[in-house]
Amino acid sequence: MIEFLFSVITSDHYWFIVLRSTAPILLVTLGAVISEQAGISNMALEGSMLWAALVGVIVSAATGNVWIGLAAGLAASVLTAWALWLFALKFEANAVLAGVALNLVAHGGTVFVLFALTGDKGISSSLPSKTLPFITIPFVKDIPWLGGVISGQNIVVYIALIAVVVMHFILKKLTIGRRIKAVGENIEAARSAGINPDRVKLFALTAAGILAGLAGAFLSMGYTSNFTSGISAGRGYVANAAQVVAGGTAVGSIFASLMFGLFDAMATYLQNVGLPPELIQALPYLATIIGFIVVTVIRDRKEARRKKRLLMKDAD
Amino acid sequence: MNSKIGPVQAVKLFFTDKDKLEPALVTLLAAVFSVLFGVVLIFLVSKNPFQSTVNFLLGPLLRTYNLYYMMIAMVPITFAGLALCIIYQSKHLSLIIDSSFYMGAVVATAVGIYFPLPAIVHPIVAMLLSGLVGALISLLPAILKIKWRANELVSSLMFNYVFYFLGSAVILYFLRDRNQAIMSSLPFRSSFALPRLIPNTQLHAGFIIAAVFVVLVSIFIYKTKWGYEIRMIGANQKFATYAGISVPTVILYSHFVSGFIGGVGGAVEMSGLYRAFIWQMDPSYAWDGVIVAMLARKNPKFVPVSALFLAYLRVGADFMSRRGDVAFEFITMLQGFIILILASDKIANSIKANRLKKAALAKTGGVA
Repeated sequence: MIEFLFSVITSDHYWFIVLRSTAPILLVTLGAVISEQAGISNMALEGSMLWAALVGVIVSAATGNVWIGLAAGLAASVLTAWALWLFALKFEANAVLAGVALNLVAHGGTVFVLFALTGDKGISSSLPSKTLPFITIPFVKDIPWLGGVISGQNIVVYIALIAVVVMHFILKKLTIGRRIKAVGENIEAARSAGINPDRVKLFALTAAGILAGLAGAFLSMGYTSNFTSGISAGRGYVANAAQVVAGGTAVGSIFASLMFGLFDAMATYLQNVGLPPELIQALPYLATIIGFIVVTVIRDRKEARRKKRLLMKDAD
Repeated sequence: MNSKIGPVQAVKLFFTDKDKLEPALVTLLAAVFSVLFGVVLIFLVSKNPFQSTVNFLLGPLLRTYNLYYMMIAMVPITFAGLALCIIYQSKHLSLIIDSSFYMGAVVATAVGIYFPLPAIVHPIVAMLLSGLVGALISLLPAILKIKWRANELVSSLMFNYVFYFLGSAVILYFLRDRNQAIMSSLPFRSSFALPRLIPNTQLHAGFIIAAVFVVLVSIFIYKTKWGYEIRMIGANQKFATYAGISVPTVILYSHFVSGFIGGVGGAVEMSGLYRAFIWQMDPSYAWDGVIVAMLARKNPKFVPVSALFLAYLRVGADFMSRRGDVAFEFITMLQGFIILILASDKIANSIKANRLKKAALAKTGGVA
């Protein structure tokens, strides 16, 4: 068993799959990060992914152009995020409940639309949908081991890595990033500083919609080549846990989503050695819970220490 | 209710007390709008929209067997709604009830297959064991919340995946009937079945058990010290702490009781409706529970009414989809739609806000 695990972990193919499994989680985790930084819990990420996955497939099949499909998928995902903004901010709904409700609409709605178009509730295989391109990187592909990991991935995997850099830049360097943080930390203070919190939240949710849309479109047009009902498999919820693990940063998101990706990829291997697949499928979620707990404990300890210091200062 | 007030006066009082009437009106409107939304969806996709609409709206009422189906469908929805009412009263939103229900059904399956017990006793033992397992599972997100302030909704959603995979592994590896082509557990012993209320129908004693639970949970929430404390931390956690209530303890036992109800619900569903465990997917009653609890405004007394409404929608959708070209899943969209309306304070309070505004305007003589 140990030997088997060792041979898996050292193979380039395993890390290739890790990267592929991590990409959608990474994208949607970045979406959760920017929402949460702006002070709004984005439970609707799951619904965003589902709509993007379905609409991408339908439109790419109808137009025969994968990029138009992707754009339509992103639009559907952003619309879901805007719906969350509308209900949570304009109609004063509890954001978490509104998000959960939008996910129900997406879960039912995607199957409803799929059935109305194809007569099938489970899979879109009757639609001639396109897949996003896989990219072989010249020179890199010839590097032993590393080439097998990095080269030949779907374009969305590379976009995910770029998105980390962009998100880091937005949150740390740009004015809008500072505004997002200001709104997330103290909305009243931000307002009195002349920031329009609603507009900042709309920006954050739009970004989250694009990110979740990329993740969703990848699932049905790259990771697999069909839409299947419930294709997001709770990744939108995982992202909300991973966002905590990431500590609200773009770079942290890599580690948080890698944890899911490592176990997700391992699951595909372990299925071949006769372990019950159900238990292995539970592993990525279990790993996320454990990571979630560990990080919350650390965060709480830090907070307690900080409070203690403040109290001591007061006593002086 | 005060014993001096008769039922007629109580009704009269209800209609004159606008603070009570308006929320009820909003809830009713949400229900009506969601049904209308459903009809619009039918007209969008169906080739025979009139027939489909009639099937959806009247199908559940015009056929006797559909009336029984509605009553049967109410049972798990009621259990889920009651469990969510308790959690929701404390202003927490954990969906771990999904795991409690599913694992309750799995535990009941094991009991139903292997325990040699006499009739009546057999399902009751299953309910108690399933309830206990459901309660313990329900404690997990509560403990995470208390010890490390981990958001209970996020952790419960993660746990739901873990327990779903765990439960189906238990069925597949320990309880599966390998002679069946489809995934099915070994058959239950005949002593495991709940008695039927009406011969030649599937209406089982679980309906009565659910009714008993409605009464018990109402008493628990509104007549006991524990229920009072749960409502207290729901109303104002800080104030409850100042009043000497231990918030962690309340969170723990409210989750425990809620999970117990979920587990019992799983066992009742197994012993009432099935001869073997044949769920290929998680039925996800937690979402139904959220809607039922919201429609009932967290009050267990109204859970049967909202469960009936949801059962009506589901049976109608099922009836329609079997006879037409509209997918059953459109019901899930309606459910999301209902939550969106009820969760939106601005929509939910619009009638009251209007009244207050008018009153204020009247007072100032229309000069605002």
